[in-house]
Amino acid sequence: MFDLHGYGPRLLEGAGVTIQLAILSLALAIVLGLLTASAKMSRNWLLHKVATLYTTLIRGVPDLVLMMLLFFGGQMVLNLATDALYDRFGVDWYVNLNAFAAGALTIGFIFGAYMGETFRGAFMAVDHGQIEAGKAYGMSNWLVFRRIRFPLMMRHALPGLSNNWMVLLKTTALVSVIGLSDMVRIAAEASRATHEPFTFLLPVAAIYLLIASVSEWFFARLQKRYDVGFGEH
Amino acid sequence: MDNLTTWFNDLLAGNVIFTPQTLGYYWTGLVTTSQLVFLSLVIGLVLAIPLAIGRSSRHRWISLPIYAYTYVFRGTPLLIQLYIIYYGVVFFDGIQQTFLWPILREAFYPALIAFTLNTAAYTTEIFRGAIKATPRGEIEAARAYGMSQALMMRRIILPSAFRRALPAYGNEVIFMLHASAIASVVTLMDLTGAARFVYARFYAPFEAFLFVAAIYLCLTFAILYFFRYLEKRLLAHLKPA
Amino acid sequence: MKKLLTITILGMALAAGSAQARDYDHVRFGVDVPYEPMEYRTADGELTGFDIELGNALCAEMDITCEWIEQEWDGIVPGLLARNYDAIMSSMTINDERRQTLLFSDPYITIPGAWFAAAGSELEEINEEALSGKSIGVQRGTTYDNYATDTFGDLATINRYSTADDMVLDLDAQRLDLVFLEFVVGKTTLLDNDEGSYKVVGEMVTEPEEYFGEGFGIAFRQRDEALAERFNEALATLKEDGTYDEIYEKYFGEE
Repeated sequence: MFDLHGYGPRLLEGAGVTIQLAILSLALAIVLGLLTASAKMSRNWLLHKVATLYTTLIRGVPDLVLMMLLFFGGQMVLNLATDALYDRFGVDWYVNLNAFAAGALTIGFIFGAYMGETFRGAFMAVDHGQIEAGKAYGMSNWLVFRRIRFPLMMRHALPGLSNNWMVLLKTTALVSVIGLSDMVRIAAEASRATHEPFTFLLPVAAIYLLIASVSEWFFARLQKRYDVGFGEH
Repeated sequence: MDNLTTWFNDLLAGNVIFTPQTLGYYWTGLVTTSQLVFLSLVIGLVLAIPLAIGRSSRHRWISLPIYAYTYVFRGTPLLIQLYIIYYGVVFFDGIQQTFLWPILREAFYPALIAFTLNTAAYTTEIFRGAIKATPRGEIEAARAYGMSQALMMRRIILPSAFRRALPAYGNEVIFMLHASAIASVVTLMDLTGAARFVYARFYAPFEAFLFVAAIYLCLTFAILYFFRYLEKRLLAHLKPA
Repeated sequence: MKKLLTITILGMALAAGSAQARDYDHVRFGVDVPYEPMEYRTADGELTGFDIELGNALCAEMDITCEWIEQEWDGIVPGLLARNYDAIMSSMTINDERRQTLLFSDPYITIPGAWFAAAGSELEEINEEALSGKSIGVQRGTTYDNYATDTFGDLATINRYSTADDMVLDLDAQRLDLVFLEFVVGKTTLLDNDEGSYKVVGEMVTEPEEYFGEGFGIAFRQRDEALAERFNEALATLKEDGTYDEIYEKYFGEE
């Protein structure tokens, strides 16, 4: 259908990078989101403030700006620290943020804020009676979380989670701007070299649509699973 | 006032990064970003209203093409849409000789087209949801009054749908402001473009990006409060008494 | 909760990437590709060019191994400071502004800058009047960007690009009236590549020194004085034994 001028394998590699990046960022975002949601619901005043500051700041600034700040600035902070280690103590090692790690950390960090809101809303929607029932059975806090609060919360969180995932997926395209060879960057590179933008950009757009459609189907199935025992049969 | 100017000058004196020149770049960046976002939102909104009505139509030959459009534009990254339009327009043979070229030559207009098509797609879906959620009672009441379909759309369905769409639309406005940061990728000197310039020249990521992040934050809050105010005024009747 | 902890630690280990000691029997060069003929890839993907060959020859002379890491120009200095590589050998002009951040080797070549436009352009010379209202393409953060911005920024539109390829594409598309870059690069990518379509406008640019400095140098982090010194010695040796001239002639013909 398309003559890819030999860029085919690299485009596929790029698609792999995009998918890995998206999944890794999602995992990080879910962890951060759960932590944020717990902090926001905690009775600890400081935790609550820190979490609120985090979600407000992150959601007020464009992804690309945050990405550049963390990618370029984060490394400088690390360097200051490792240089100080070297100068003061002669400890000679350094930490190197590569573009992939920086991308995954940044996207995970950004979407952690959105996930935090999603999870908080979902936790609050869980019927308190169920938790009390668990406690009455003598379950530990952790067991109540794992067996009752988490599965019940997921039912409410799934629509928001699925929405966040779709946005996150599209956000991965931005890493091409900070230099990671994802499929968008390779497609843009190939279009410039061959002067054929449509040949490369349209298939990449199609891959995004494909991933989005597959995800939609997957989340619909997941929703069915978590809906078990609730209404509408 | 004099104190303020002296204070400001002192602040800038000896500062290599925030010179009048770079502040000038940030200012033009602010203007470009505001124009780009405002224009694409207004045009996108105008496009979205008929599209949303068509999308809610019972005739599949009207609703399906519109669904395809919103699906594609909401399912792919704006960055790709921007690349396709910016690089793509050049490859229509002879476009440089047409009257369109003075417009498409500037990076501003390809970016405006991409942003407009993108926000129109999202806004269409927001409105469609709001139209679909119109309470049956309102429609039945309108029918009982003998209103025609068009009149009912104009007087009853749309005004109530607009109000219901307001919170989601506020989010879309903020989303658009943030998404506009990619304009710098196609050479536009928007706010992010100014920050990238300062960064590349002085290798100062914190000064360059934190400053611009603060500006975006202020803009976001301004939009947020504007929509809160609108919601308060327009949705007051929905509040529990 | 243990699972959460494990995932978090895994994430941090991932971010940490590699940890290495600072001994230089292996040097990583940062380079912005393509910038033909200084650094570019041949059709079969091999990295070559004047900088690359000279750099490899220098490493051979110093009896160390070296590696080339591609990095776009606007992130090339931060990448060095970030230790993504140990030196920059990528047609970088030595000037005082950069000296505040970087440590330079002795200059290894001097190449002027030049303005290029479409052959049919009515532009004949470079001055404020001629450039007024025009759009000028430069690579973001280069000396050419700095010079054009400071000199013509108020009367012309300066479009900044991440790569030279982007810029050429927009010159092709007639989005730009002019591009400003190194003469040899413009010659290779524009004049030789597409004969008769482009021309040089005005004189070669080597002044003012404040921007265009003393020539191209290898850039190091300021703390790596010993390494820079070793490179200077190796460069002197290559100039003496004729290796330098050989590479020079291969890319630029007889002196």
